[in-house]
Amino acid sequence: MQRTHNNRAWWLVLPVVIVVAFSAIIPMMTVVNYSVQDIFDPSTRFFVGTEWYREILRDERLHDSLIRQFVYSFAVLAIEIPLGIAVALSMPRKGFMVSLCMILLALPLLIPWNVVGTIWQIIGREDIGLYGWALGQLGIDYNYASNPADAWVTVLVMDVWHWTSLVALLCYSGLRAIPDVYYQAARIDRASPWAVFRYIQLPKLKSVLLIGIMLRFMDSFMIYTEPFVLTGGGPGTTTTFLSQTLTQMAIGQFDLGRAAAFSLIYFLIILLVSWLFYTAMTHQDSDDA
Amino acid sequence: MSLSLEAVTRRVGRETHIDRVDLTFEPGSFNVLLGRTLSGKTSLMRLMAGLDVPSDGRIVMNGEDVTGRPVRERNISMVYQQFINYPSLSVYDNIASPLKLARMAPEEIRRRVHEIAEMLHIEQFLARQPAELSGGQQQRTAMARALVKDADLVLFDEPLVNLDYKLREELRHEMRSLFATRNTIAVYATTEPGEALALGGTTTLMHEGRVLQSGPTEAVYHHPLSVEAAKLYSEPQINLFEAEVRGRELAFSGAASAGEQGSRFVLPTPLAGIESGAYRFGIRPSHLGLAPLADDDLEFAVTVDIAEISGSETFLHVSNDDHSLVLHLAGIHDFAVDDAIRVYAPAHKLFVYAADGGDGAEQHGDGALIRSPERPTTTGGGLA
Repeated sequence: MQRTHNNRAWWLVLPVVIVVAFSAIIPMMTVVNYSVQDIFDPSTRFFVGTEWYREILRDERLHDSLIRQFVYSFAVLAIEIPLGIAVALSMPRKGFMVSLCMILLALPLLIPWNVVGTIWQIIGREDIGLYGWALGQLGIDYNYASNPADAWVTVLVMDVWHWTSLVALLCYSGLRAIPDVYYQAARIDRASPWAVFRYIQLPKLKSVLLIGIMLRFMDSFMIYTEPFVLTGGGPGTTTTFLSQTLTQMAIGQFDLGRAAAFSLIYFLIILLVSWLFYTAMTHQDSDDA
Repeated sequence: MSLSLEAVTRRVGRETHIDRVDLTFEPGSFNVLLGRTLSGKTSLMRLMAGLDVPSDGRIVMNGEDVTGRPVRERNISMVYQQFINYPSLSVYDNIASPLKLARMAPEEIRRRVHEIAEMLHIEQFLARQPAELSGGQQQRTAMARALVKDADLVLFDEPLVNLDYKLREELRHEMRSLFATRNTIAVYATTEPGEALALGGTTTLMHEGRVLQSGPTEAVYHHPLSVEAAKLYSEPQINLFEAEVRGRELAFSGAASAGEQGSRFVLPTPLAGIESGAYRFGIRPSHLGLAPLADDDLEFAVTVDIAEISGSETFLHVSNDDHSLVLHLAGIHDFAVDDAIRVYAPAHKLFVYAADGGDGAEQHGDGALIRSPERPTTTGGGLA
C-alpha cells in the first residue's frame, strides 16, 4: 500500500501556525469580537451587531480626521518621493563621499519618533528654538501652537526630515544597479539628461519606488507620535490624525467596541490603498510590456 | 568617412592602457580588433567613440581633428556585450529613438525602422518590450538601433559573446552582409580568432595596449609577424619549439626528444636558404599529423596527455621532456593517456621566427617572422 499522506507533517507547520495565531489571528479576532459588542466593564457587555460600524461611518469627527489623514499622507508622498529621487540622483557614484553621504542619510532614520517630535518642538519655538527664532527675526509670524498652517507645515517638515532618507537610500541602491553601459549608450545616442532619467533610470527604479511608496504611505497613514508630541493634535483638532482619534476613543473614552470597529475600518483602508498602489504600479508594468 | 588614429595613447593614473596606436580605417571597411581580455580593445573603442580623451596623439575623422570632441558631437553608434535597450520602450521605439533625437520626419522614421527591422528579422516583434524577447532578439534590437541612424562609425564590443553558438554564427553571417552595402566604418572587437576569420575584412591584433599587427585578415592570419601575433591568431594556440640550423642540419634544442632519427634532421628542403643559427619554429595545431606526409617531416616522439573531443574534432595534447604540442585532428580519435605515439610536422607548414637573443634576432628583432608557410593558393611563401 502506498501512503501519500504523512500526518506527521502537520508538526512541521505547527510552529508557524502558533506564531501567526498569537501575532495576528487571535488579536485580530479579539478586535472583531469587541467591535460587535458594547463593553462597560469586563463582565458587563452587550452584543450590538453592526451598530458601531454604522455609527462610525456617520461620525463627522472621524470623517474630518480621515480627510486630514489622506491629505497628509499624499503630501508626504508628493514631497518625499521626488525629493528622495533627487537626492539619490545627486549623490556621488564612487569615492569616499559615498560612505559619508550614506551615513548622513542614515542618521535621521535611527532617531525614534518621539525624539523627532521633541527635536522639532524645541527647534521650532520662537523663544529658544533655532528655526522658530530665525523665522521670527526674518519677520515671519510662525507659531505652531496657535496657527494651524504652521502646525501642519511643522509636522510635514518633520516627516520629510525623518523619512526622505529612506526613499533616497532605496533609490540610490536602485540607481547603482544600473550598469554603466546604459549611460554610455545614452551618451552615444545623444540622449538628454531628462531622457536618460525618463527612459533608463525611472524604469529601472520602478520596483524600489514601489517599495518606497508603500512603506511611506503605510507609515505616514499611521502617524501618531510626532503631532502628539508637538501640539497634542492641535491647535484644535487640526493635526489630529486617525491614529490619535482612535487612541482617544479607546483609551481616553474607554469606548472599546467603537474603537475596535474603527480599527478594523482603519486596517481595511490601509490594505485597500496599498493594494491600489501596488496594482497601479505593477499593472502599468504589464501595460508597458 | 575615414578614421585614423595617430600615436594615440591613453594613460590612467600610472598605467598605460593604450600605447602609441597608429591605425587607419577605410570608409565602408569591416575591421576586427582581435586580442585577449584586457588587451585594450574596449579602451581603444572608447577613444574612437569619444567617450574617453586620449592622453597623447590625434584622432582624425575625414581629415578633421576630432581628438577632444565629445561623443555627443560625433555620429557614432555602439553595440555591447550586454544587451542594452531602453527597458520601458517597445522595440519599435527603441530602434526609432536615435532618429527621434535627430528630429527626423515621422514618415521617414517609420520607413527606416521597418527597413532595418526586416533586415534583422525582428519586424514581428516591433510592438514588444525588450524584456519579452530572447537574448538573440534583444541583441538584434540593439544592433538595429545602432545601424538605423547611418552612423559614420559603428563599434561592436564583443556583441555575440552572450549568445549561443548557433545564433552567433547566424548573426555573424548577417553582419557581414549588412555592412557590405554601407559606407560606414565597422569596428568589431573579439577574443576569438575563429570569429575574426569568419568576419573577414581587416584584422588588428592587440596585445597589452599595443597594436601587434594590422592588415587584411588573410594576410595577418597567414603571416603573423611575431611569435606573439602567431599565438594570438591561432585557436588552439600555435605550437612553438626551439631548434637550431647548422648548415644542412636542423637540431632540436632539447636533449633527447625526437624519434628514430634522434633530435637531428637533414634540413628540410622548404627551409633551405635559412642561415645557421637558433630559431623558434611554429606550427598550427591543424597542420600536425599522426603520419608523415613527406620524407623531410619533423618527427616528435611523445606521449598522450589528454584527448579532448569537441563535436567532430579531437584536440590531442601530447608532450615529451622538451615539447608540449597540441594537435587539431578531424574526426573522433581514441587515445589512452600515456600512449606513446609519433607526431609529424610537415616542413613546408612551419613558421620560422628569430629566437630571442638568437642570431636571427640581431637582424630581424626578437621573435620576428623570418619565414611563413607556403599557401596552396600562392606559389611563394614570402611576406605580404
